[in-house]
Order: sequence, then C-alpha cells, then structure tokens
Amino acid sequence: MANVIAVLEQRDGTLKRVSREVLTAARTLADAMDGEAHALVIGPSGVSGDGLGEYGADKVFVAADDALALYQSDLYAATTADVVQGGDYGVVILAATAMGKDLAPRVAARLGCTLATDVTAIQYDGGVVVTRPVYAGKAVYRLKLTGAPSVVSLRPNAVAPEQNAKAGAVEATSVAGGPARATTVEVKQPDRAALDVAEASVVVSGGRGLKGAEHFKLIEDLAAAVGGAVGASRAVVDAGWRSHAEQVGQTGKTVSPSLYFAVGISGAIQHLAGIRTAKVIVAINKDPDAPIFKVADYGIVGDLFEIVPRLTEEIKKVKEG
Amino acid sequence: MKIAVCVKRVPDSEARIKIGADKTSIDESGVKLVLNPYDEYAVEEALKLKEAAGSGEVVIVSVGSEAAQETIRTALAMGADRGVLLEADAVGLDPLPVARALATELKDGGYDLILFGKIASDDYSHAVGVMVAELLGLPCASAAIKLEIADGKGRAEREIEGGVEVVEFALPAVVTADKGLNEPRYPALRGIMMAKKKPLEVKDAALDAGGVEILQLTLPAERKEGRIVGEGADAVPALVDALRNEAKVL
Repeated sequence: MANVIAVLEQRDGTLKRVSREVLTAARTLADAMDGEAHALVIGPSGVSGDGLGEYGADKVFVAADDALALYQSDLYAATTADVVQGGDYGVVILAATAMGKDLAPRVAARLGCTLATDVTAIQYDGGVVVTRPVYAGKAVYRLKLTGAPSVVSLRPNAVAPEQNAKAGAVEATSVAGGPARATTVEVKQPDRAALDVAEASVVVSGGRGLKGAEHFKLIEDLAAAVGGAVGASRAVVDAGWRSHAEQVGQTGKTVSPSLYFAVGISGAIQHLAGIRTAKVIVAINKDPDAPIFKVADYGIVGDLFEIVPRLTEEIKKVKEG
Repeated sequence: MKIAVCVKRVPDSEARIKIGADKTSIDESGVKLVLNPYDEYAVEEALKLKEAAGSGEVVIVSVGSEAAQETIRTALAMGADRGVLLEADAVGLDPLPVARALATELKDGGYDLILFGKIASDDYSHAVGVMVAELLGLPCASAAIKLEIADGKGRAEREIEGGVEVVEFALPAVVTADKGLNEPRYPALRGIMMAKKKPLEVKDAALDAGGVEILQLTLPAERKEGRIVGEGADAVPALVDALRNEAKVL
C-alpha cells in the first residue's frame, strides 16, 4: 500500500482549475494502489484547502505563508520534499504547467527519484504506468516507473475532474526553511484575463493565411466568442506577428483542448504534432489540399476573411440564445 | 565569465518519426540529427555574455553517443571554445542519471553560469537543467525569455500562464533558455573550419540505470478522417450545428 499526493497550484490565493484534474488523477491512482489520496496546497496566508474532499482528497496539507504568494522555486521544492518524505508516498503528481514543469524536477532531484513529465495518463498495472507523448506528440511512450516514490507531471486537460467525496481533512503544515537561492520578485501580467493556450479548453489559432498581424483581431474576436485562448503557428511567431507564448507545435506548446480552431494554418508536421490530442479540430483554409484537413474533424474551404466573422456572429447567437 | 552550455543531439523537428524494430525506440535511419533547437538559444546567450564581458570561456558539454561529437562541433562552430562529451551508448528516459553525470562534470569547473535549452525536442522532459541546479545547490531560472547578468547577479524573465515571472539570483547559477531569449547565429564557414581544431575531450558518462522502464513506443492513434462541411461563409451554420449537436463542444 502506498499513498498518492497531489501538489496543487494557486494563483492569487485561488486554486487553478488544473489542480482538480491533478487531484482526480491522484484519487484514481490511489484507489488502484489501495492507498489514500492526499493534497498539498502551497500559497499565501489565507490560502484554503477546503472543499478538496469533494474531488477525492482524504487529507489536505496546507503550507500558508505570505512569502509563498508567488512561486518561489526553492521554498516550494523544499516544502514539497519535506511533506513527501514525511509520509508513505508511492507517487507525487503535479500539473505540467509553467510552475509544475519547474517544480517537478526539483522535487525529484531532492528525493533522488524517478521523474516522468507531461504525461497524458497514469495507471496502476503492477506498477505505475504512464503514457507520455514525445517528439511533440509524433510518438507515444508507455513507461513503467520503478522509482519509489516517482514524480509525475500531468498535462493540463488530459484528465477530466471528477467529484468523489472523501474526508478532505485539512492539516496545516510548516513551510520549509533553507536557502532561497533564487527569488521571484514579481509577476508582470500583461493581460490578467488572457487564457493560456496550454490550459484553455478552447483554442483558436491563426496562421500565415491571415496575411498580417493586424488581422489577428479576427482570431481574437472568435476566441472571445467561444471563451477560448488565442494560439499561433510557428510561421507567424517567427514573422513577429504574435508572441512565442501563443505558439502551438513542436517548438511551442502542445495542446489538448476540447475544441481547436486552425484558421489559415496549412498544417506543417510540427504544428500537427502539437494538436494531435485535441478532442475536436476545426480547420478553415482556402486550400482544399492543405494537410490540416487530414486531421480536422470538420473543415470549411474558403476565404477566412468571410468565414471567420460569420462564425463569430453565429457562435455569439448560439451562446446568447 | 566562464560559462558551460549543456547540449543534446536530437532528431530534426521536421523529421518524420518511425518506430524501430524493437518497438521501444525510434528508427533513426534517414533521420537528420541536429543540435537541439532550444540549446541554440543557450549557446547564443553564452557567446553574447562572453563577448560583452570581453573575456572568458564557453564550454560545451553533452551526454550522448560518439556521434554527439558532431553536435558539439556545431556549437563550437558558432563560437564556443571547447567541448566535453560524456559518452554513453544509450541514454535512458529517466532524467536524473543524466543530470547526475553532468553535475559531476560541472561541479569543480569554476563556472559562473551553466546554461541549458529549457527542453530537448525529443524527450520533452524539461528536467535535466533544473535537476543539475538542485544537485549542485545552485540558483536556477528555467525557461528564460530574457536574461541580464551584471555585478555577479542575474535577473531572468520566464513566461508563465498569462504573465511573466521575474526571478533574481546571485551567480554562479543555472539558467535554461526558451525561444525568444535571442536569435541564434548561424555558424560561418570560418567558424566551421576553426571548430575542427578546437579541443573536444571524451569521457565515460557512467550513467546509472534510472527508474524508467520503456514498455512500448508507438505512433499516436491516427485521427479519423473528418469531413468538409462546405465551402465559404455559407457553410458556417452547418459547422456550428455540427459542433453543437454532433460533437457537443459548443
């Protein structure tokens, strides 16, 4: 018997949606391993672990300190390692977000244990078995993790949060001391409301077919209508039309939204690799032979400058009606 | 400024991936192997920092097979001074043994800065650079899109969801490079000629086994062929209907 601990993520004291996905994965794995699912919340004083029992936590550790309001890599890693070493844990699960991608290897290095990052599934099959896309999704590993414990980071949107009421007993835990070698001094937030392509459940991406940076307004309007994030192809990022943060594909982000719009994107192999795990792909392109139509569930052939505004209007009607 | 840059030899991003006969690795025949694109940003940053300091040394370190010498030479052709290959026949998927081998090599090297690409475009671990920092007890900023080094201190910016985190630290430190940090230079012909004569030391990596057992490597499930709902703006109502009532995603 071994327990599973989910290390959760907050922003401004509020847990992120992906935290419920991580907790759900921990609960499912704990049941298969005949153990308990625990959660660890690290954040500013006042951050709460209440309500996590609903998503399957037997126990919730809360490390609250105003020094931990922003992600402080060394303190977060030391606190997590302390909690993991203080219990009987077989697996530590984090989200493969900007924070989790930095924190997971720190924790694994401190514990001297195995790490598998950005996995899309975790199972128990005589050992912990993960599914891990590599080469930006062009191939997929099934790996057995033989470390004890093992640290795993889970790709956002890979596991749907499920309610599963458990005790969720909250216990305060101390914040590890030790040196803070690097300090996060601030988070500049150019657009607090902007959704991130890697986390959004709907992504609207634009490519070279938009013909110029100024026409991305069409993409932004459609994204706003569907409540999604704006993405971009490598060609338009390299051209300087959009920031790298929005790039989808092998040298950008790999995404798994429930709905992905590829607008004016022909579908280079490295872009297709990054969207392969999207649930539904819609392609809008003037070239009927564009490779994007080979992977799209639905396509419209034609002039995006006519199609996209109409689509935005129709979706607004549906959402309002 | 003495700077180490850790690099990896990976399949080119445009390569088509085929599964090898053993079903646990890729078939590298016909695949072009290159310097990991994120490592190019790290090499460029190291060269710029050395140039700005007016003196120093840029050392390229890689864990890999004998063929990785070619990858190290690519970085030397960009302008790095010398290379070290920690040779290993096979590099597994557990990042910790690789990080340990690098940490052992770097520990007593007297480096002011150790740079990595934030991720290798083959295994996508995003782990080795951060682990090396932990093993050496050094400050680390991962996935940096901006880096300023002055007076023994560093300030890095890293992209997070919807914002940019600003991290400060003292040297020596580890920084991993993201796209956007700089525009990597291309090796000039003269650089390529000079790289052939630069020192490249080969040592045994002595990797531990690690805790990751490969069960299987497969190609992802093919997406089933979709359908064209129509042409032009007149097809929009049919698309919206399909998204609502068939796919149920609106």
